[in-house]
Amino acid sequence: MAETAYWEAIRRAHDEEMANDKMVIAMGEDIGVAGGTYKATSGLFDKYGPERIIDTPISENSYTGIGIGASMVGMRPIIEIMSINFALLALDTIVNAAAKIRYMSGGRIACPLVIRTPGGTAHQLAAQHSARLARMFMSTAGLRVVTPRGPVDAYGMLKSAVRCNDPVVIIEHERMYNMKEEMPEEEFFRPLEGAEIVRRGTDITLIGYNYNVHLCLGAADKLAKDGISAEVLDLRSLKPLDRETIRRSVEKTHRVVIAEEDEAPVGVGAEIMAAINEDCFFALDAQPIRVHAADVPVPYNARLEKEAIPDVEDVYQGALKALGKI
Amino acid sequence: MKPEDQKRLLREMIFYRRFEDRCFEAYMERKVGGFLHLYSGQEAVATGVLERAKPGHDYVITGYRDHVHALKSGAPAREVMAELYGKETGSSKGRGGSMHIFDPTVNFMGGYALVGQPFPLAAGLALGAKHRGEGQIAICFLGDGANNQGTFHETMNMASVWNLPVLFVCENNEYAIGTHIDRSTAVRDQYKRVCGYNMEASQHDGMDIDVVMEAASKAIDYVRGESKPYFIEFMTYRFRGHSMSDAKSYRTKEEEAEWEKRDPIKVYSRRLKKAGVISDADIKAMEKEIDDEVENDIIKFAEESPEPKIEDLTRYVLDDNPDPRWIGPLVNEGE
Ligand SMILES: Cc1ncc(C[n+]2csc(CCOP(=O)(O)OP(=O)(O)O)c2C)c(N)n1
Ligand SMILES: [Mg+2]
Repeated sequence: MAETAYWEAIRRAHDEEMANDKMVIAMGEDIGVAGGTYKATSGLFDKYGPERIIDTPISENSYTGIGIGASMVGMRPIIEIMSINFALLALDTIVNAAAKIRYMSGGRIACPLVIRTPGGTAHQLAAQHSARLARMFMSTAGLRVVTPRGPVDAYGMLKSAVRCNDPVVIIEHERMYNMKEEMPEEEFFRPLEGAEIVRRGTDITLIGYNYNVHLCLGAADKLAKDGISAEVLDLRSLKPLDRETIRRSVEKTHRVVIAEEDEAPVGVGAEIMAAINEDCFFALDAQPIRVHAADVPVPYNARLEKEAIPDVEDVYQGALKALGKI
Repeated sequence: MKPEDQKRLLREMIFYRRFEDRCFEAYMERKVGGFLHLYSGQEAVATGVLERAKPGHDYVITGYRDHVHALKSGAPAREVMAELYGKETGSSKGRGGSMHIFDPTVNFMGGYALVGQPFPLAAGLALGAKHRGEGQIAICFLGDGANNQGTFHETMNMASVWNLPVLFVCENNEYAIGTHIDRSTAVRDQYKRVCGYNMEASQHDGMDIDVVMEAASKAIDYVRGESKPYFIEFMTYRFRGHSMSDAKSYRTKEEEAEWEKRDPIKVYSRRLKKAGVISDADIKAMEKEIDDEVENDIIKFAEESPEPKIEDLTRYVLDDNPDPRWIGPLVNEGE
């Protein structure tokens, strides 16, 4: 076991997968000579060369499209998009091409590519660098969308994503790249599907994904001090969504809070609430609670930014509400 | 060129014209749905370019006006027609339709509806081909209108910087649906637009298959030999409307008549007749044979083929047989 940072975990996955299979290449802005905005490919340019660690111009839609085209003929590209805000420029190729080519070709052509991009608010990056947008990708048939909450999943899910035959969008988070976790030194894989019960409890279920799993864990600690046993679920995969694990947990605890960093309308929380309504409505003892961002473009001012984005306290308060304590 | 090859090429173009006409008829009979974009008038471009490439080996990709590019690549005509009919035997098992013909067995990598989207996909096919080192080039056929997309500029730049073996074929028919090129685009000559990307480019008559083949040969040799991109523009004209709902109100009868004089099939058959390669009677016989093939083989196959099964609706969205080592699902202890 070794303590590994999130960015190091991603870097290690790249390195191992590129060593394992010549068809694996990486593409993105500043990932090569400069080593990557988040260091996720640092040192790999020297090791694998410019043909496999490809520095791209600032043309998100088309370099993603080039990756898709390459994936159609047997390559396995890992594409880094510097920020999910910029992924908006690549939506045509992601949503109209990558997600649909298998279907439109009657299953005859696959697009086995990985798109990695950080989504989330960081430190006063303001409205154009703080998008989350998981909800947009999660509503697209033909994509897999996963949200590793820490280094172990960041490493193990990237490795699985490279080997899987579908287009996989991996949503990382600006505030997680330096997060550390103990990680086995031998190679391992983490499955792309399935929610994980990261903390067991009996009184309430706190559901998160990506960074906000950590908010749920913080809230669970606070609840424990009040004598309340909270179960924390990390969704891990937003598409497909593991409704079965959600249902089982809600049937056990009868109360649920969903934490998301995005705005609420047409969001991840809305989808999970709908799933709970459809799958286990009669197991509920109280209405499900969503904890989410304010419905505003993310402000620059630090106090306003903090107010706009959910934190541990917000999840805790949400739980108290679901428990009928406030 | 050998006379039998010349005859074959003429036959191919007549066949493509008849195929497209028959698609039109099937559409009027409501056997074919969706949008239908026909290639009549532009046959010399796809036929001539791909005659000089290695169809079945080189990667070919295009927009929604894709039947003829697929056929010349080697996609079976029965399967293309069955696709238009939405049948399970179609090239995309009825999931794609006219605009989305795919046949990876002959490296025809698809027809796409989003104008300009194939540019980067084509460069990606070339990148993959180069990486694998099996000698393919990628050939991307698109219209003049597509050059007004950002993907055109982004892709020309990257194809040039990365020396990708891709041939961009611009089929300049002067219109993007109902908008004439002079009303949408700062230059009529599209090949001039790539000079900012340090790329070889040229422009040629797209109504004369001999001219097309000669120009394509040079361009393809360059792309294959140098492993570099090339942009080739052919001036052409579509004889029918943009799609089925087009009354062609944006152009004059006189303009149409002028271009019809340059019909690629007429131009080529006149030349072959003059050279004594073929006679009017030969052409008549050819047409009869083609009518018979289209009707009694291709249409019959499409008509008689089964529809996709309702229970297969959700197949082909993701890999239907995923490897559990990568997919899971994750099992929580004690669950
Ligand atoms: C991104 C996008 N915008 C608009 C359309 C609608 N549309 C379909 S074809 C077309 C014209 C394209 O003209 P051109 O590239 O010259 O090809 P042609 O039809 O002449 O072969 C337009 C605007 C589309 N399919 N995709
Ligand atoms: Mg046009």
